[in-house]
Amino acid sequence: MTRVLGDEREPMKTISEARETLFTTFSDDWGSDITTLKGVPWGKAMMWVFLLSDTFIFTCFLVGYMSVRMSTVEPWPNPSEVFALHAFGVSVPLLLIAIMTFVLISSSGTMAMAVNMGYQRRKGAATNLILVTALLGATFVGMQAFEWSKLILDEGVRPWTNPFGAPQFGAVFFMVTGFHGLHVSVGVIYLLTIAFRIRRGTYDESNFEIVEITGLYWHFVDLVWVFIFALFYLW
Amino acid sequence: MRTKEPGQQHPIRIYLVVWGLLFLVSALSYSTDFIDRGFWRWTLILLFMVLKAGFIVGVFMHMRWERFALISVVLVPPILLLVLVGLMSIESDYTRSTRIEYFVEGAYDEAVPVSARELAN
Repeated sequence: MTRVLGDEREPMKTISEARETLFTTFSDDWGSDITTLKGVPWGKAMMWVFLLSDTFIFTCFLVGYMSVRMSTVEPWPNPSEVFALHAFGVSVPLLLIAIMTFVLISSSGTMAMAVNMGYQRRKGAATNLILVTALLGATFVGMQAFEWSKLILDEGVRPWTNPFGAPQFGAVFFMVTGFHGLHVSVGVIYLLTIAFRIRRGTYDESNFEIVEITGLYWHFVDLVWVFIFALFYLW
Repeated sequence: MRTKEPGQQHPIRIYLVVWGLLFLVSALSYSTDFIDRGFWRWTLILLFMVLKAGFIVGVFMHMRWERFALISVVLVPPILLLVLVGLMSIESDYTRSTRIEYFVEGAYDEAVPVSARELAN
C-alpha cells in the first residue's frame, strides 16, 4: 500500500508495514499523533534529557579547558609527571588516576548487574550490588580527596597559580575534576537512597525500572570520567 | 504484581564481556601515557576514548536496544557541540597568535610594533 502524505485513515496498518526500516520508524514516531517515545518509561526519558543537559555542561567545561590550553604561551604542565606517585621506590606516572579509573569501571559493572537483577525481581541481589556500587563510588571520591589535598598542600597548586607551568592548569583541574567529583558524591547518595527504598518495598508494584534509571545516571558519571581521563590526564 | 513485561532484559554474559573489554581498553588507554606526544598518542587516546564511551552508552546504558526516536533525542544534539569545539579552536589559535605577537619577548622581534614592545616590558 502506498502511503500518501496526510492520509491518516489506516495508520496502524501502515505503521506496522513501515517497521521495515529504521528511518520510517523514526518518522512514524515523530510524525503521527501518538506518543513519541513509545514504551519508554517516563522516568527513563526524563533521566536521558537530564543527562543530555549535563553533557552540554561538561562539554562546556572541556571546551573551556581546550581554549585555555591552546591559547596559552606558557608550557602546559605535564600531567603524567604532576600526577605521578612514588610506589615501590619508583615514580609511576598517573598511578592513582589509573586506579581511580579501574574503580569507577568496576562500579559501572556492578551497577549493570544490579539493573539485571532488578528486572529479574531479585531484590536482595539488586540492593547488595547497588551498595557495592556506592562503596566503589565512595572509594573514588576518597582517592580524589587524597589527590586534591596532595596537590593543594604539598605541591601548592592553586586555581590561579602552580609551580609547573601555565597558571590555567589549576583552574581547569579544580573545576573539571571538582564538578565530576560532585557528581560522583551525589550519585553515591542517590544510590544509597534507591537501595534503601528497594529494601523498604517502595518499588514492589513496579518492574524495577528505577534501578535502570539510577544506573543511567551512574554510567553517565563513568562516561564523563572516560573523557576527563583521555583529554585532561593523558593528552 | 507485575504491571507489564520488564524492559531491557539481556543475558548477564553480555555485561560481563563488555565489563572485561572496558578493563582491557582502559589498560590500553593508560598505556598511551608511555608514548611520546604526537600523532599516534593523540590518535590512540581518542580511539580508546570513543571505544570506551561506545561500550558504556551502547551496552551498559542499553542504547543499542532503544528505539531510534530515543537514540536521536540523546545523540543528535551533541553534534552541535562539535561545532562549538571547532569554533573555539579557531578562536584559541587566534588568541595564541596575538599573544605571541604582542606579549612574548623576542618571538617576532622585527614584527613587534613599538607600542607592543613597551607593553611587554
